[in-house]
Amino acid sequence: MLTALGVTAGWVPGRPVLRDVELTVREGEVLGLQGPSGCGKSTLARVLALLHRPDAGTVCIDGTTVPGFRHAAPRALRTRIGVLFQQPRLSVDPRLTLRQVIAEPLLANGLRGQVRDRLPGLVETVGLTAELLTRRAHAVSDGQLQRACLARALALRPRYLICDEMTTMLDASSTATLVHAVQEYRRRERAGVLAISHDDTLLGHWADRIEQLPGPAAASAQGP
Amino acid sequence: MTSGPPGPVRAVNARLAVSDLSVRFRLPDATVHAVTDASFEVGSGQCVALVGESGCGKSVMAGALLGLLPGNAEVTGTAVLADPAGDTDLLAASETVLARQIRGRRVGLVPQSPAAHLTPVHTVRRHLVDVLGAVGPERAGRAARHAEAERVAAAVGLPVTALDHYPHELSGGMAQRTVTALALAGRPWLILADEPTTGLDAPLVRRTLDELRRLTDAGHAVLLVTHDLDAAARIADTVLVMYAGRIVETGAVDRVLHEPRHPYTRGLLAALPRNGFHPLPGLPPQLSALPPGCAFAARCPQVGDDCVRRPDLWPRDGHPVACHRPC
Repeated sequence: MLTALGVTAGWVPGRPVLRDVELTVREGEVLGLQGPSGCGKSTLARVLALLHRPDAGTVCIDGTTVPGFRHAAPRALRTRIGVLFQQPRLSVDPRLTLRQVIAEPLLANGLRGQVRDRLPGLVETVGLTAELLTRRAHAVSDGQLQRACLARALALRPRYLICDEMTTMLDASSTATLVHAVQEYRRRERAGVLAISHDDTLLGHWADRIEQLPGPAAASAQGP
Repeated sequence: MTSGPPGPVRAVNARLAVSDLSVRFRLPDATVHAVTDASFEVGSGQCVALVGESGCGKSVMAGALLGLLPGNAEVTGTAVLADPAGDTDLLAASETVLARQIRGRRVGLVPQSPAAHLTPVHTVRRHLVDVLGAVGPERAGRAARHAEAERVAAAVGLPVTALDHYPHELSGGMAQRTVTALALAGRPWLILADEPTTGLDAPLVRRTLDELRRLTDAGHAVLLVTHDLDAAARIADTVLVMYAGRIVETGAVDRVLHEPRHPYTRGLLAALPRNGFHPLPGLPPQLSALPPGCAFAARCPQVGDDCVRRPDLWPRDGHPVACHRPC
């Protein structure tokens, strides 16, 4: 289980966006997370992905309490979580080809030898073609780039996948393809998925259960 | 709403007629066929939606109409803007004509990602006053421009308190209204809205769309470029479905979205969560390597021998569709 316990977090000292939030993503399930804009959905996603240190509270991964965040997070825990962001264009290095984007987590973890074996499977899972792998980010569409980001997120076989508004920028067809790819991975690896979206219909079809974050007014008297 | 939309546009009987618009990008080793033989019309009081997957050429079309494409673009065809100011072919017009008579004055652009189109160091008021200085009535004094800025802001529902905010202090909705106000400042009758709802949350999407519909009903003509079929269904009168740079189906919004004839339109609709969430197989073809026949054939469930010839767009039982084997 991926658990947030009593998490209080924010970006301005003394003005937390999240107050005392509890959330549990179980193995093999899709937990949908809803809430009005500004209520801290993305902040919670970053805390759970160990990318942002909360002011208070802890994150537990499969029973282990995470001792640190960002660079202080142990590699073994950090790599158990994959993340997808809303804007694929802002989350890839424009100098890399899609092949390099997808292989990056393997290289960063000293697994260069696995690239040749793992890459074709990853590429097939997300439905990219060999020709696209030689291109850089500017030469592909948002939908194609987000597919590459999904392949990258799955490269280290994470136990948990956090999808923060993964499909907001995408058309209906790309959305369906990506969600199906995530679902297939979840079934195959029994991974837990946190799906953050403001699209109620999408979550209704995708999530096994849905949790609601209260609006910013309820979470903080001052509001962001 | 007490103050109407800017300008006496209701009386204008204006029309944009696009005919055989094609856009090619010459690259060192390839030619990108971004838009091919697109023809359509949009008149005052009408909202036309151009829908399709990302990378199908929708935004290139909008860019071509305003002369905003990069230098290696080759544009052919005509796009005649006909209004009381005269007839102008947007594709043949010089940069001077486009800059001084068209952009902002007869055609307004509501861009994608509004926050990215605002200057971070200026307030909303300064943005509006500057734009009015460029496209507003000539010889308007400073006081007149400030009054006009507040009127334009009020017309799109931007509260006076927001005028003194900087872009980073605006919520997504306020930023959206700001760029809409800027697009309307020069009282254009034609509004090009390029993915105006991408990245906004659901209530904001509905508000933005309803605002565009209100402008349409007030006499503006709106060309809505979007990948969101629900957005098109909500406000458009006519839909153009684009695939791989070509318009493959067009007609009244109810016909096209409820009785689609092209397998691609049907596939797009089936990909919506409420319609079963079935993804289209495969990827759209590269616009630099289009097949000689139907571009959709590789992903089409109804593909047959005749699909090696390219189908033309012509009416079959109701509305025009480019398919040898319509549904």
